[in-house]
Amino acid sequence: MKALLALLAVALLGAGAFWLVTAPGALDPEIARAMAAPGDAGKGEMVFWAGGCSSCHARPDAPTELGGGAALKTPFGVIYAPNISPEGLAHWTPQDFAHAIYDGVDDEGAHLFPAFPYASYRHMSVVDVRDLWAFLRTLPAVKGEAPAPEFGFPFNIRRLVGGWKWLYLPHVAPSQTAVGDVDYGRYLVEGPGHCGECHTPRDPLGGPIADKALTGAPMPDGKGKSPNITPAGLAKWSQDDIETALTLGFKPDGDSLGGAMAEVVRNLGHLPRGDVAAIARYLKSGG
Amino acid sequence: MRRAVLTALTVLLGVGAGLAADDPIAARKEVMKANGSATKTAIGMLKGATPFKLEDALAALKSYMDAADKGPALFPEGSDKGDTKALPTIWANKKDFEAHFAKLGADSKAASTAITDEASFKAKFPSVLKNCGDCHELYRAKDQ
Repeated sequence: MKALLALLAVALLGAGAFWLVTAPGALDPEIARAMAAPGDAGKGEMVFWAGGCSSCHARPDAPTELGGGAALKTPFGVIYAPNISPEGLAHWTPQDFAHAIYDGVDDEGAHLFPAFPYASYRHMSVVDVRDLWAFLRTLPAVKGEAPAPEFGFPFNIRRLVGGWKWLYLPHVAPSQTAVGDVDYGRYLVEGPGHCGECHTPRDPLGGPIADKALTGAPMPDGKGKSPNITPAGLAKWSQDDIETALTLGFKPDGDSLGGAMAEVVRNLGHLPRGDVAAIARYLKSGG
Repeated sequence: MRRAVLTALTVLLGVGAGLAADDPIAARKEVMKANGSATKTAIGMLKGATPFKLEDALAALKSYMDAADKGPALFPEGSDKGDTKALPTIWANKKDFEAHFAKLGADSKAASTAITDEASFKAKFPSVLKNCGDCHELYRAKDQ
């Protein structure tokens, strides 16, 4: 009887711990305060292109119509990019948006699946997130709602995403990095550019393997592999080669970039050349 | 001795040609490799790393037109199996896939009359190059 009670106590404790760990938290009050100030939509447009929002939330021929709907194949099932046009996020506050970007929590307090790359986006500065929000509000309202994700059990349990976050979300204070900083390339790569989402290998639970960052990985959609873009992987590439690949879309041997990188090149085409140079410098030197 | 070498070479060449005809994967790789090396030269000129030569620019466009002509026939049904990065989406969207080749051909042809000097090359060539990524985005697997 005593043993049974002890077992029950342990089980209850375990369930309680699970509940606590997996509960979506609240937005950091300082970020919430910062988000209350108006953003600069013009600067936000640059964050928009650096962040590659269109790649998932829009069709290639209409990159600023963010009606969503594109199917993202993941090893856990298919998820559809939601409508993030002013119509889709009609009831969202700037704080809701920041909560999604930094913590992967939606306006109703539910976990978002990490197909939305908040593990990367949480490196972004509050100023960039605020500007991005201002820009998103200037875009056309598009009607429509994305279908629900097609995840099999147990991956369809949103609460479990809390466990994933507990295991994998990097603990970072929002960056203060500004344009022109030495670290700006790293900021673009780790934050808005979310390069690691495809170039960093994942463990069986879909968590990025930190000590193998950017060493190349199977593409989430199963269409081949992404290459190693660490300084070791790019040893034969000059900084200029990297810039050419990111701006013109061609490797040093004259072959074009394809797959998801074609879209990345289109997005980066909107950025100032200096930003692309900063990315190339960081990838080449590693810091 | 010389004759033996010649015979061996002839046989090798014959085998090579035979492979290309029977093996669409090898044949299309050759076509794409030719495009790649022409593009490498063109990019050097675009960046100003190598001096502009009109004949090299036109040769690159010729290579693309050649690829656009031969391309559709080099992706017969079933040639997604083997040492290839061609995605099954090619055969699921055959019309669109072939339209990409047609556009590459048409854009290259238009550019080869429009490009007459370095300035027109720098203005017109990049939009031809967009065809490469646009098609590889949809129909080729990422490589290592």
